[in-house]
Amino acid sequence: MTDALSRLRYRCQLRQDADERREETHPLTWRLHDDGTPVFLKEYEDKDGYAAVRHTLNEQTGAQVIDAMKTANVRGRGGAGFSAGVKWSLTLQGDGMPRGYIVCNADEMEPGTFKDRLLMEQTPHLLIEGMILAAYANNARYGYIFLRGEYIEAANHITRALKEARDAGWLGADIAGSGFDFDIALHTGAGRYICGEETALINSLEGQRANPRAKPPFPGQSGAWGKPTVVNNVETLCNVPAVLRHGAEWYQGLSGQLSNDGGTKLYGVSGRAKRTGLWELPIGTSGTELLDRAGGIRDGEQLKAWLPGGGSTGFLLPEHLELPLDFDSIGKAGSRMGTGLLTVVTDQQSIVSLMRNLEAFFARESCGWCTPCRDGLPWTVKILQALERGEGEQGDIEMLDKLATDLGPGRTFCAHAPGAAMPLSSALQYFRDEFERGVRHETGPAHADPIPVGEV
Amino acid sequence: MATIHVDGRSYSVDGADNLLHACLSLGLDIPYFCWHPAMGSVGACRQCAVKQFKDADDDKGMLVMSCMAPVQNDARISIDDEEAREFRASVVEWLMINHPHDCPVCEEGGHCHLQDMTVMTGHDRRRYRFRKRTHRNQYLGPFIAHEMNRCITCYRCVRFYNDYAGGTDLGAFGANNNVYFGRYEEGTLESEFSGNLTEVCPTGVFTDQAHSDRYTRKWDLQFAPGICHQCAVGCNISPGERYGEIRRIENRYHGEVNRFFLCDRGRFGYGYVNRKDRPTQPEWRAEPEAEPVTLDVNAALDRGSDALRDAYRVIGIGSPRASLESNHQLRDLVGEGNFSTGIAADELACLELMADLNRTCGLPTPNLRDIEEHDAVLVLGEDLIQSAARLGLSVRQAVLGRREALAEDRGIPTWNAEAVKTLGQDSRYPLFVAYPVATGLDGIAENRLRLAPDDIARLGHAVAHRIDASAPEVPGLEAPLAEAANRMAEALLAATRPLVVSGGSLNSTAILDAAGNIARALSRRARMGGLALVRREANSTGLQMMGGQTLEWALEQLEAEQADALVILENDLYERLPARRVDHALSRARTVVVLDHQRTPTLERATLALPAASFAEADGTLVSLEGRAQRFFQVYDPGYIRPETRIRESWRWLHALAAGRRRESISDITLDQVTRDCAWRHPALAGMVGAAPGADYRVQGVKLAREPHRYSGRTAMRANINVSEPRTPQDPDTPFAFSMEGYNGFDRPRQSVAFAWAPGWNSPQAWNKFTDEVGGHLRAGDPGIRLLEPVPGRYVYSSNIPQAYRRSDDEWRLVILPRLFGGEETSARAEPIQARAGQALAVLSPEDAGALNIADGGGVRVITDDGQWVFPVRTEAGCPSGLLFIPAGAYAALRSGMPVSLAASGDTPRDDKGLTGEVRP
Repeated sequence: MTDALSRLRYRCQLRQDADERREETHPLTWRLHDDGTPVFLKEYEDKDGYAAVRHTLNEQTGAQVIDAMKTANVRGRGGAGFSAGVKWSLTLQGDGMPRGYIVCNADEMEPGTFKDRLLMEQTPHLLIEGMILAAYANNARYGYIFLRGEYIEAANHITRALKEARDAGWLGADIAGSGFDFDIALHTGAGRYICGEETALINSLEGQRANPRAKPPFPGQSGAWGKPTVVNNVETLCNVPAVLRHGAEWYQGLSGQLSNDGGTKLYGVSGRAKRTGLWELPIGTSGTELLDRAGGIRDGEQLKAWLPGGGSTGFLLPEHLELPLDFDSIGKAGSRMGTGLLTVVTDQQSIVSLMRNLEAFFARESCGWCTPCRDGLPWTVKILQALERGEGEQGDIEMLDKLATDLGPGRTFCAHAPGAAMPLSSALQYFRDEFERGVRHETGPAHADPIPVGEV
Repeated sequence: MATIHVDGRSYSVDGADNLLHACLSLGLDIPYFCWHPAMGSVGACRQCAVKQFKDADDDKGMLVMSCMAPVQNDARISIDDEEAREFRASVVEWLMINHPHDCPVCEEGGHCHLQDMTVMTGHDRRRYRFRKRTHRNQYLGPFIAHEMNRCITCYRCVRFYNDYAGGTDLGAFGANNNVYFGRYEEGTLESEFSGNLTEVCPTGVFTDQAHSDRYTRKWDLQFAPGICHQCAVGCNISPGERYGEIRRIENRYHGEVNRFFLCDRGRFGYGYVNRKDRPTQPEWRAEPEAEPVTLDVNAALDRGSDALRDAYRVIGIGSPRASLESNHQLRDLVGEGNFSTGIAADELACLELMADLNRTCGLPTPNLRDIEEHDAVLVLGEDLIQSAARLGLSVRQAVLGRREALAEDRGIPTWNAEAVKTLGQDSRYPLFVAYPVATGLDGIAENRLRLAPDDIARLGHAVAHRIDASAPEVPGLEAPLAEAANRMAEALLAATRPLVVSGGSLNSTAILDAAGNIARALSRRARMGGLALVRREANSTGLQMMGGQTLEWALEQLEAEQADALVILENDLYERLPARRVDHALSRARTVVVLDHQRTPTLERATLALPAASFAEADGTLVSLEGRAQRFFQVYDPGYIRPETRIRESWRWLHALAAGRRRESISDITLDQVTRDCAWRHPALAGMVGAAPGADYRVQGVKLAREPHRYSGRTAMRANINVSEPRTPQDPDTPFAFSMEGYNGFDRPRQSVAFAWAPGWNSPQAWNKFTDEVGGHLRAGDPGIRLLEPVPGRYVYSSNIPQAYRRSDDEWRLVILPRLFGGEETSARAEPIQARAGQALAVLSPEDAGALNIADGGGVRVITDDGQWVFPVRTEAGCPSGLLFIPAGAYAALRSGMPVSLAASGDTPRDDKGLTGEVRP
């Protein structure tokens, strides 16, 4: 790569220098270099890499691994926050049950989210080590990394790391002399947001349309190719080695009094902040601290609202910045922590336009399986476009309210449409006046009553 | 069983169902789209939302999709709940966003599930004011019309076409609100079951192209319960008529036979009824070559009776495509000793053996629904998709049933269709197919062997021997066959319900004996198996049970001058025996009376040709390959719209001829009299009277209506002929009236249902109102009477084991293979079937083609004593050499087993009427 290209190229911006990132406090990022160059096998092994694999596979049972994960309370970092240990304990294994799959959900397409990319580009072996441990706990025979197709550098580094790990005996038969066999393949996705939904991801991996599957049965009962399958986010899996290396108590203690959840979180800030980027901080760190680290809002602008963790989380107001950024606290405030990467919105930005942009994304990315999502989301887009142009009619905002409700949880096939409805309903709640400004017209004339034609 | 509480009322339901299935079975209306009783639930459309409460104290509840919610004991749900109603209204409103306002010009209108559901949910105002998304449509062949703008994206089409029927060329393309259902490029849909898309599709995306050409709204059609005459499976159909033409055929639900689906030959093969060249008046030919003169009924009967009376012996040739009643009346006219079945000897031998096996092999004959419950299937010498397509579809469901069994083991309900598919992947119950060429079920078979007919028999005998060592051993069995036989025997023995399927397609009694031996061996090993035997024509089974001589015998009687008159019933002899042979025999007869509804070469040889009624204009009884006697009912009176026609049921003509021959005055006769007489004379057929209720059957004191109550234009129908409207035709033969007056409801259980309609349910989904549970049986019981059941006794194994097949060095042999499109006499005369069939291809092994210097796509010249024919060739690796495979229906002169000479042909076989293999009447 030429220097010119290299300078143009985007690099994940971890905004903590090596002095701050220590093994005891930064399990995800302590090995990384300030200059962003990747950590490959030699250095990874020198920095205690694969020690957890060697120890765990030889000294512990799969059930002990699962118990450790439960105790550590590692909650799914992909956004849903479901306990990884509990998920693993529900995976079918044992008599007559075929060994299944560990699938790493690396299809990072949530708007405003760029955390997994850092881990995969700069410390691919950490992910591989996490997957080996997850495979051991879940008795999986094979692993897949379902990677967002645009992450070309991550793909290159993972490919190299997989080969290194295989050559070093960390993948393949009889890993670390334990008798456990496991290998991993990299699968690059073709670019659909819905592939981040775990069952749609599995369908896509199988070569089917990326439509989500009904649950139950959950992937742990019948997943990829009908076999027990565990799907975990990159960051979740990257937490596993540290949990097993240093113990669940240690991990749980990382977040101190900030949160009931254990460990650290790769937080980030994007939007009109002075210094956007990523920080590994104890889970439960407040939005205020995070925004401080990001240098605050750009000069001349005021924070109007923020999305706590991606486009599918609900808007929060400046007053919510004091809340600890963990799953339960943000959930109580009416939003979701999601991926934990804040998107800040300032008073210079139109909420209606922002919503139109977001809903256009979600409408486009609907897989087209269930009706509310497939046909309801485009309607919200059309209405938002009308409001944006000042062509709204009376009743439009009420229709948006209704759509936001009807696209909510339990009514659609998967969480895609509820994810699209959450920012919409919170925007309508907090910034209704901005929407009302788009209504310039009376309701169009109603159709005349049809002539009654008797009974059915 | 479980108790559920719906809107405060308690019901007892099957605990294995989902809530939608349970509620619909209770007669409660919940709107739905993507769910289908034969295809289960996928939860896509979200239309069937109901409110479910945790317990009696929960007054908030939450919305669930009833199709995806398992029935739990003490479940509390509300259909009427305000939130659920509003959500369901929202769903229809979303579905209608892009749906065009084209109901008045849409062919689905009037039997459209989307219309019904829209009315049911109360959506009647459009609030979406933006542009609609539009699609381009595709040409999908002669059967199916495509209008994608109407699509509501329920995914039923691809789920039926691919998952249920095994098609591969229809798919879902695109995403978000731009999902497109079609082929990757325009072209004829390849599946033999594509017609079901018209009923599976809840709206007008896939409509009946053949109907489109002569379109009539469902409510303006006159219906009667019909039985498909296009093969021996006996599917129940609902043919619809307007202006003296059959306009479309829809599935008629039968819980034990076809259930929801038909094959395309049955659905689109009715065109012969509407042909303009049909005989409609009696025709008399004084001299064999003379132009015929038309006669009126009385004159025709007089001349016919006189001629028959003058003859010293009259031979009757019956027909396996005519009803039992018509065959019986012919037999009655000519006398038992003078009656031929009209079936060629080799085929009749197979039919007799099959009937014998059905009674004596120890295993029952399963109906189609039963077939789907078997867990290992061996098919010997049949390509079911070609010879009995609907049965083949059932075999497919049997084989796929393994996925449901696996799901149940894992606690996944069998109705959870996508989950069952995911878990099962490609696990299937074992299916073995032995046939000379590739078959339609090969794709799901564990093993398929391409064998010559004799080797198929040897394989079958070897399987029987492996199952029961007292079955005869096959001498000198080749190692690969022995190995295959071992595996087949092992799989059949391991199964709970093994199924053996065979039949007469290859005209081989040896194969049938082998199948019978396997069945016998399984029954001796106390397996709850089944034996299904495929016959060729609609009434082959019944006619064999009635009995009669071979067709060759009849011709011999004439050739030997043992008889000088012939009455031929609905049978084209040229379809069955070589033309020279038939010509020769017919030329010996002084009188040839032919009754038929088609202008066949045989009819052209008639001294007296009588216009017979087709299935659409006659009543009668057929016996299906399952041994089920089923009644079909007259749909319309051909004389009402065309008063000049003199079409009568064959049994009426024959009754009149018999009376005239005896110089008796001709009294009228009714169907019930003929049926009773037939049953009385043939003890094996005694049950046929119960196949359907007699003419005196009434519901609520009235006859049954053939026409929907919205039938329009009745009084104006004949206004172009005469302004005074005649009395509607009376029907003395059946409980149906040619009228909208009469009972057409669903609340009184009945077996004979002309068309399914219930208030609010105009689409085929209305059948759910007629069944004991959705997808179950008609509440009055499924129609028809089974006549062929196993009888106890000690039966011995057959030792009819042929020598291993060795190709002859100096001659080629023909094997005629059944062909779904174009391979059946009457449907081959229907235009859409002709268009779909295309050219008949001959099949050769690549080695043979190479030896003959024929490239794939080249032509082969078949040379016999009777003439020469050229066929385009398809080579198929693995098929036995020394044999040339020709599809049925190409040329009657070419018969299985015939030695022929072959040569490469430089002629382009296309577009030359004399030389193509294409079927053109």
